[in-house]
Amino acid sequence: MSYVALTYWDLVLASLLLLINGAISFGFRLNLERSLAISAVRMVLQLALIAVLLKFIFASDAFWPTLLFAMLMLAATGYEVASHQSRRISGWRGYALAGGPPFAAGLVTALFAVTAIIGAEPWYAPRFFLPILGMIVGNALAGAGLVLDTIADGANRERQVIETRLALGQSRFVAMSDIMRRSVRAGMLPIMSMMATAGIVAIPGMMTGQILAGAEPGDAAKYQIMILFLIAGATGLAVLSAACGSVLLMTDERHRLRLERLQSNGSP
Amino acid sequence: MRAEHIKIGTSPPISFEVGSGECLAIDGPSGSGKTRLLRALADLDPFSGRVFFDGAEQSEMPGPAWRGAVRFVAAEPVWWTDTAREALPPDEACRSRAVRVAAAIGLPAAALDQPLQQLSTGERHRLSLARALADNPKVLLLDEPTSGLDPAAVALVEELIRYRLLSGNTVVLASHDAAFSKRLANARIALGKKPLTAHAP
Repeated sequence: MSYVALTYWDLVLASLLLLINGAISFGFRLNLERSLAISAVRMVLQLALIAVLLKFIFASDAFWPTLLFAMLMLAATGYEVASHQSRRISGWRGYALAGGPPFAAGLVTALFAVTAIIGAEPWYAPRFFLPILGMIVGNALAGAGLVLDTIADGANRERQVIETRLALGQSRFVAMSDIMRRSVRAGMLPIMSMMATAGIVAIPGMMTGQILAGAEPGDAAKYQIMILFLIAGATGLAVLSAACGSVLLMTDERHRLRLERLQSNGSP
Repeated sequence: MRAEHIKIGTSPPISFEVGSGECLAIDGPSGSGKTRLLRALADLDPFSGRVFFDGAEQSEMPGPAWRGAVRFVAAEPVWWTDTAREALPPDEACRSRAVRVAAAIGLPAAALDQPLQQLSTGERHRLSLARALADNPKVLLLDEPTSGLDPAAVALVEELIRYRLLSGNTVVLASHDAAFSKRLANARIALGKKPLTAHAP
């Protein structure tokens, strides 16, 4: 068995499946046809663009294009997480809090992977570094987003508890420790269930991709195991730093609760 | 404790000095900012003005250290634990002081281990006083300390405050119970009613 490259005609064939969704939307008057078409077109254009960019970066095999691409990912990360929160810290700090922890955690773990585990040469070889970084950041982002949501909602709901504890002379981290613990837990749950169900409920996307691309299932599984460990480590780091960062930004240096720094995102 | 030019709502700037063993009562209708003034003294909200205690300025002390000495006790106590004892500082001296305070205002030590949900509003209110006094703060900022209490409990709380005053505490009191605050206070300040805004935000 070897790798079978897809032709453009194959993709057109696959896209016919969207017609089913279109028919459902039309039949049940869901009014989803427009957004369905837009998301499908977006998906195709974005992936095509990424393919062109990556092709260029892989061909150059140089440091700066790799860094630039990673920076683009950072900006997208912050924007994605922040814009999906129901309550977020207003201003640029909100975006930094949303994007910083998952990206920093992803960067540290991806560097560990390419240097210590894979031993890529050079270490920034974009063919290894960028996909791994992307996969790790994408997952750490989900965990950090859960943390930010849980902690902002919790602080808003339990404002009186936090202020009572602050009034008793507790520091901001002690006063918010219950909420922090709850949010870190919420942020860790997805990766834990992902590890527990990997291979049972579904074969993970990356492993599927490698198998389709002709890799031995054993090799594909090894890569998948490594990636899941990396994701777990990065999620832990991202979740913890997102929780600490949230507490720091929702309080001030005098250990006062400053919930006016939160803004509600209007309904989408 | 000395306060200088504290701005609360539309009241003119407030300045006062209240010494060790003295009790200051804050008067004013609902919405005049009595709670906001107490919260400002405890450094729970940003505000304009200066507050000094024991030679130190509020803004020069870390928040938790300030609030360790200047203790705000809210009108509606909230809890984050199942029993009152779990909310006390782990320190043994603090715990036994809380038990003694609770006893002084008519609560048996067992009340500290009872699930808070099973206690009455008045009992929870008194437990919050015991919690606030556990680590022996120097200044007490009491917001409606008698709300939800029967006359007998009010008398006990009054006696407790008197005892704290005798042992050198400073008390700032906001209470709707005019007779209660008249019996305790050496001095009073009045806050004006802030005009109602035509449109809520």
